[in-house]
Amino acid sequence: MIQILFFFFAALAAGAAINVLVQKHVLYSALSLILMLTATSVLFILLGADFLAVIQIIVYAGAIMVLFVFVIMLLNLPVDEDGADRLRWLKFIGIPLGLFFLFLVTATLWNVQAGTGTQSRFVGSPQAIGQSLFTDYLLPFEVTSLLILIALVGAVVFAKKDL
Amino acid sequence: MSEYLTSSDFMILMIKIIVIFGGVMGALVYLTWIERKVMARVQMRPGPTRVGPFGLLQPIADGLKFLFKEDVVPANANRFLYIAAPVVSLIPALLSFSVIPFGPWLQVTDLSVGLLFIFAITSLGVYGIVLGGWASNSKYPLMGAMRSSAQMISYELSLTLSVVGVLMIANTLSLNQLVMSQQRTWLGFIPRWNIFLQPVAFLIYVVSAVAETNRLPFDLAESEQELVAGWHTEYSSLKFAMFMLAEYANMVTVSALATIMFFGGWSGPLVGPHWLKAALPTFWFVSKIFLFIFFYVLLRSTIPRFRYDQLMNFGWKVLLPLSLANILATSFVVAIS
Repeated sequence: MIQILFFFFAALAAGAAINVLVQKHVLYSALSLILMLTATSVLFILLGADFLAVIQIIVYAGAIMVLFVFVIMLLNLPVDEDGADRLRWLKFIGIPLGLFFLFLVTATLWNVQAGTGTQSRFVGSPQAIGQSLFTDYLLPFEVTSLLILIALVGAVVFAKKDL
Repeated sequence: MSEYLTSSDFMILMIKIIVIFGGVMGALVYLTWIERKVMARVQMRPGPTRVGPFGLLQPIADGLKFLFKEDVVPANANRFLYIAAPVVSLIPALLSFSVIPFGPWLQVTDLSVGLLFIFAITSLGVYGIVLGGWASNSKYPLMGAMRSSAQMISYELSLTLSVVGVLMIANTLSLNQLVMSQQRTWLGFIPRWNIFLQPVAFLIYVVSAVAETNRLPFDLAESEQELVAGWHTEYSSLKFAMFMLAEYANMVTVSALATIMFFGGWSGPLVGPHWLKAALPTFWFVSKIFLFIFFYVLLRSTIPRFRYDQLMNFGWKVLLPLSLANILATSFVVAIS
């Protein structure tokens, strides 16, 4: 049963991810991305990481993508027809970068040890994630919040030229 | 995750789902009657009276009318998204009922992150409004959708933050355990409800919940005088009915959450024979929700609408700092005690 669910949602996520790239209309790409994020969060649930799954939907599908869709609708972008021409040189960077990313993913997966699955119930709980965020990963956590603050200030400066 | 369901477990689960969703759908349909009747009484009118005694069959007549009306799709609309939008807004609204505890045992599933699950699911509901407004390809729906998405993003922040104080006290995200943590009493007669510990959080929650469900005085998304009917201007027949159902379902969800977090959920005095003790928690829960709905309707029939800039200023400059201050104060108290 769990395997069927896994294959269904994994296929859905992969299909939606491809659809993001293939679609000509920006809005359809954004909607496919939302579908992809939701399907991925189901995969998190299947792995026992309920908290991560829910946070993924709240933050990405529920907040960030709403802003994306909002902006796309506000600008009412036309269907991208000559986009391929404009972005031709990107191919030369995109292919090596994609290969490099593929290499990274394969190298990481190669080194993963198969777990016994005994602890997985508690690893994904809010308490466990909070614990590790405020002990082992305190510095990255705080630095990330600083980064977000900088981005916020930058956005305000851009939006208001005459402060 | 890996336990297998036996067939009797499965039967019980199916019965729970049927009872809860059947009950909720029936209640949603009759909420329209309650709203019309209460509003009419406030404004010295009789309200619906013709169809059945006290107009009680009016919702059924309305439903039939929705079924038989012509289903119009505007000529320049984006057909696919236009049809998908009501579904996208109704499904999340109904899904959140799967984790709400209507009684000690009347709950489809008790997720360990139940509260966050509801926030996650309801945050997807905004797409129904946005897509509906955009796909109609008409200016009033588009403006309604724009307003609504801006409003929902702004008020979702304070809605979520207002809950944090309660969570720090209860120390859990599971809805059933939230109810359990409010079971006992102070001095033997004051119920241990979180509203007495977190009154500020409750006020913030109620205000943002009204804004989040697009109800008066925050219904800028459909303000009739300016935008005809906002994002569902072009919708008719069953699609319109689905939008309406989603709105009422969201109302019930935020009311149920308020009951669970601040008013002890299904807890209440249990008296009488065995069968009554089993049924009373659900009765208390539904009555508490009903009080909230009543409050909603009273709000709608008495208070005028905000202006759009007032709404945004209020959300960002009053509610958000207030909820942050509430979190700070609560964490101090929790850390000391």
